Amino acid sequence: MNIVVCVKQVPEVADADLEINKEGSGIEREDLVMDINEWDNYAVEEAVRIKEALGGTVTVVTLGDEDSEDVLRRALAMGADEAILIDGEGFEASDATGIARGLCQAIRDLSFDLVLTGVQSADDGWGQVGLVLAEFLNLPYASMAVGVEIEGDKAIVLRELESNTQEKVELPLPAVLTVQTGINDPRYVSIMGIRKVRNIEIKETEAQGLGLSEDEIGAKGSSVASRKLSLPPVGEGAEILTGSLGEICEKTAQIIRDKGGVE
Amino acid sequence: MKEILVLAEHRRGELRDITFEMLSMANRLAGENDMTVTALFLGHEASDLSDGLKGACDSIVIMDDPKLANCNADPYLVAMELVLKERKPLLTLIGHTAAGMDLAPALATRLSLPLATDCLEVNLVEGRLEVIRQIYGGKINAYLTMKPFEQYLISIRPGSAAAEAEQGKSGATETVPVPSWENLKGRRFLDYLEAELEDIDIAVADILVSIGRGIGKPENIPVAQEFADAIGATLACSRPVADKEWLPKSRQVGTSGKTVNPKIYIALGISGAFQHQAGMKNANTIIAVNKDPRAPIFNVAHYGIVDDLFKVLPLLKEKFTKK
Ligand SMILES: Cc1cc2nc3c(=O)[nH]c(=O)nc-3n(C[C@H](O)[C@H](O)[C@H](O)COP(=O)(O)OP(=O)(O)OC[C@H]3O[C@@H](n4cnc5c(N)ncnc54)[C@H](O)[C@@H]3O)c2cc1C
Ligand SMILES: Nc1ncnc2c1ncn2[C@@H]1O[C@H](COP(=O)(O)O)[C@@H](O)[C@H]1O
Repeated sequence: MNIVVCVKQVPEVADADLEINKEGSGIEREDLVMDINEWDNYAVEEAVRIKEALGGTVTVVTLGDEDSEDVLRRALAMGADEAILIDGEGFEASDATGIARGLCQAIRDLSFDLVLTGVQSADDGWGQVGLVLAEFLNLPYASMAVGVEIEGDKAIVLRELESNTQEKVELPLPAVLTVQTGINDPRYVSIMGIRKVRNIEIKETEAQGLGLSEDEIGAKGSSVASRKLSLPPVGEGAEILTGSLGEICEKTAQIIRDKGGVE
Repeated sequence: MKEILVLAEHRRGELRDITFEMLSMANRLAGENDMTVTALFLGHEASDLSDGLKGACDSIVIMDDPKLANCNADPYLVAMELVLKERKPLLTLIGHTAAGMDLAPALATRLSLPLATDCLEVNLVEGRLEVIRQIYGGKINAYLTMKPFEQYLISIRPGSAAAEAEQGKSGATETVPVPSWENLKGRRFLDYLEAELEDIDIAVADILVSIGRGIGKPENIPVAQEFADAIGATLACSRPVADKEWLPKSRQVGTSGKTVNPKIYIALGISGAFQHQAGMKNANTIIAVNKDPRAPIFNVAHYGIVDDLFKVLPLLKEKFTKK
């Protein structure tokens, strides 16, 4: 089983104070900690597990700036064998289709049985790239995989639906799957582990080298004409309790007693 | 007159709420812009279901085939390709649900249509399509204007409009021919599975203390458990906590977990992604503790505490144990 995994570097935003840039088109990223997209981490782990069980290779690919080499190194430390970095220059303001074009060109001539992506990226949250890629590659696909079994030339995939329900589907290989969190328990990556893979060469390529023209990617290739960002108003709806911590807890305890009938 | 097409979503013999939510949205848009609303029903021998759409659209287009009995993206794509090429609706709405997320991106690519996913709002402004969606886990709103196209595909976030079956319409039904099924890629639907939920049922609890990734590590869970015990609450969680198996999956609140309506829901270190909100926003009283004042959970909470949960919990617990 040769497996390609698409991984993306994203800023960690859950704890961060986000600021919108002057133009209103993006956020200030300088102070943000970057990491592998959560869903992609599960995808890398799944690929490495399948390889460990059945043999083959795992190739990770990302489209981004120089810094995104970090997510590739991380994936190599988890057990991936090869890595491709597509230079993001020209891809700025791409929509999901533009990104998928870049990824498609970079992997289409590789020999693979399975392509894995995450269900969605934590920043843009399109939930698109994996399936657009499948369509470009003209392959069967299943999204939101929470279980994968390889049986000969088929994959049996558990897809997550709503309300604790799943569906089981069968796909002929090669196929594309988008991986949902919780499918496995991703292994820990240590700094030592990353050091060990520092000598693995990362293949670098750029838009022109992939035969993509300017109007297929970036703002020109995007179906979005303009994008304006805004921060939703703070705590719209919630009454934020104020005072000393002691006072806040006293108020909260009162609310719990009143609304919950707690003694 | 231009058309808005809404893909009706159904599973195991039931129309899903998202269908009526999208129809509400479509009817509003159609009213504002002089368009008609068509519901597309793909299924097999399910006229009782498609009849349920009558009160909410101008017409119902039915495609009936055994291949369409269960939502399977492979035949659904071929079916929708045919319908969209024939009818050329200006706007096609699909739910941003497990079914719609599995379908919309590939459909857009196959037909070279623009697609914006997970939209909360859709508007036509002087013929241009504008949508609102959220990025960065709900912390930023993005207002997108799409380039001019002849057809658009938009997927709609569940819960963005009211789900009403009666919207003062009486849609006429039309059955259309099925495609020749040449372009299938061999994906087969096998079965539905219900996750086994041993453990307890969080849906019946009066008070839920729910922990998110902010709990940090499994060793911290007793802090929340002790507080829950002090007020007679049951412990629930957001998805990352269940993904990491710090609590059983049966404790997960949200679209892919459980929907709960307790008297009080206390969210600790939960950011409030829409998939989580969908499972708890109807709780009578929601109290959220989060150190980030901009966490989206504060948009659905009734009371908010902006602080470190590990400072709040011990103090709050004391208020119930001292007496
Ligand atoms: C198809 C699909 C289905 C999904 N279904 C579900 C679902 O059913 N349920 C669900 O919950 N999610 C679901 N998700 C995941 C969802 O998108 C979010 O990723 C998830 O809800 C985030 O969980 P969280 O809020 O615990 O973590 P985070 O988003 O990481 O937030 C952690 C929060 O804790 C706060 N915090 C950190 N430390 C402290 C502290 N010491 N004190 C106070 N606050 C602190 C931070 O400020 C932050 O706001 C689904 C996603 C997809 C794509
Ligand atoms: N720039 C990128 N480089 C590599 N993979 C990507 C990139 N953008 C998106 N992906 C993959 O596509 C998935 C879905 O992303 P999205 O459609 O942006 O929500 C992610 O989980 C990644 O696996």
